[in-house]
Amino acid sequence: MDALTPHPTKGATAVHDVLELDLAERWLREVNGLLHQADLAADEVRILHPAGKHSVAVGLNKAMRVTVEGQVGYYAAGMNQLADVVINGNAGVGVAENMMSGSVLVRGDASQSAGATAHGGLLVVEGDAAARCGISMKGVDIVVGGSIGHMSAFMAQAGRLVVRGDAGEALGGSIYEARLYVRGTVASLGADCVAKEMRPEHHEELAGLLKSAGFESEDTSAYTRYGSARRLYNFHVDNTDAY
Amino acid sequence: MCGIVGLHLRNPALYPQLGTLLTGMLCEMQDRGADSAGVAVYGDPRWSPPGHAAVSLVESPLTPAELRTALEELLPPGTPVGVVDASPTLVVNVPVEVDALRTAVATAAPGALVVGFGENIAVLKGVGHPRALADSFGLAAAQGWQGVGHTRMATESAVTPGGSHPYAVGPGQCLVHNGSFSNHATIRRELRTRGVVFDSDNDTEVGARFVADRLAAGLDIETALKELCATFDGFYTLLVSNRESFAVVRDAIACKPAVVAETQDWVAVASEYRALTGLPGIESASLYEPEPERIYAWTR
Repeated sequence: MDALTPHPTKGATAVHDVLELDLAERWLREVNGLLHQADLAADEVRILHPAGKHSVAVGLNKAMRVTVEGQVGYYAAGMNQLADVVINGNAGVGVAENMMSGSVLVRGDASQSAGATAHGGLLVVEGDAAARCGISMKGVDIVVGGSIGHMSAFMAQAGRLVVRGDAGEALGGSIYEARLYVRGTVASLGADCVAKEMRPEHHEELAGLLKSAGFESEDTSAYTRYGSARRLYNFHVDNTDAY
Repeated sequence: MCGIVGLHLRNPALYPQLGTLLTGMLCEMQDRGADSAGVAVYGDPRWSPPGHAAVSLVESPLTPAELRTALEELLPPGTPVGVVDASPTLVVNVPVEVDALRTAVATAAPGALVVGFGENIAVLKGVGHPRALADSFGLAAAQGWQGVGHTRMATESAVTPGGSHPYAVGPGQCLVHNGSFSNHATIRRELRTRGVVFDSDNDTEVGARFVADRLAAGLDIETALKELCATFDGFYTLLVSNRESFAVVRDAIACKPAVVAETQDWVAVASEYRALTGLPGIESASLYEPEPERIYAWTR
């Protein structure tokens, strides 16, 4: 079968107003192609049997609900704009990478580089996220229900990262202006990342992020804020000799 | 890239399905590398019957029939010699000591490359597409309690049978690698000065020789792998097995992927989850990614 040939009836059944697309019966490119159609009738799509395939529901570019029933491989919901994606399973490397807007909710765990380079939107991982969570994040909000791995928020430029568990080694290495909130322990901080005071506006911001991720009754006083000491990326006259 | 897979069966009822399950895992990982592939299978009665030494070789100058005749002339009269054609690999099995069979094979087939030896182990590897190789090995019909596999995208050495994985350089041992070692030339020189002989220019072979050297010195697998972490620079997810166990370790940066799945019936490791979707009971398996520089080991 040609991977790009659409099969309008096989494997596509409308249940009420929900369109079901079965990846056991349709090629991934065909499913993603349908999701990209501007005139797609359904407001909600269920994707069945993802079986760890890569690039499931990438590049969505309009307001719609997509639910993926199972485990996804690399880059799921990457480059998302406007859509709300729910993954009822674990996600592989780079879930919601380079997301621009909308939301991605992972009901299980996420592999490394979750939310990498994402500009906007909300990524929620209800379980743990592995290494490099939020690496080079550029404005996304990320809320992790469990713990995150090493080198998370490396070179994080903007946005907020909330961790309800612990953080691994080298959190926030070479961080710019992203704000990190961690409830548990931090194994170690990366270069130029420091603990900072939780002022009232930070408690308010954190409470809002937790609420938006479905963690309503969390006590924000248990959290520590981390961010840039701003000693690394600005020119400093004391360093003149180094140039 | 490269893909690695491993399956360690806990439930003997699944032993007859080992080859089918391992074939599915290996072929799913062919997207990660399709220039060479290989497997090690523990406990297959065709390739490595109980009570037999088994030696696996590639690039044999002799046909299977010629090799059998040559070995029968070298071994004591009446010794039954089995030669299984798992093209491009030949597996020789004979009820003698492993070292006696290795010596006989080296004499009978000079120039052949021995790619595995021991009891209850067959190592099959070569250059080509993983699915085509799995077919020519006859992998789907394999039985046993444990198997590991590798799909290669070559970076550190040429695409040759000797450059393909697994590297099985110690008795019953086997190592597969996703990644690249950057200081392998230095470690190779050090091992050579101590008399270790190499078959290829491949970086992974240095890792396998290092582990075999440490195990031969009496270290357990966990300590040997800790020494590897302290000695080797580069990127790696390694799956290291012997007859009784298999172990997984990732480097400190852990950018090379690995997923572990466990049920009451089996433990499986793969570069990606999708390689595990054909395993019975995967829906309810415990799934996790190994932590950097932590050694995970399972024993029969």
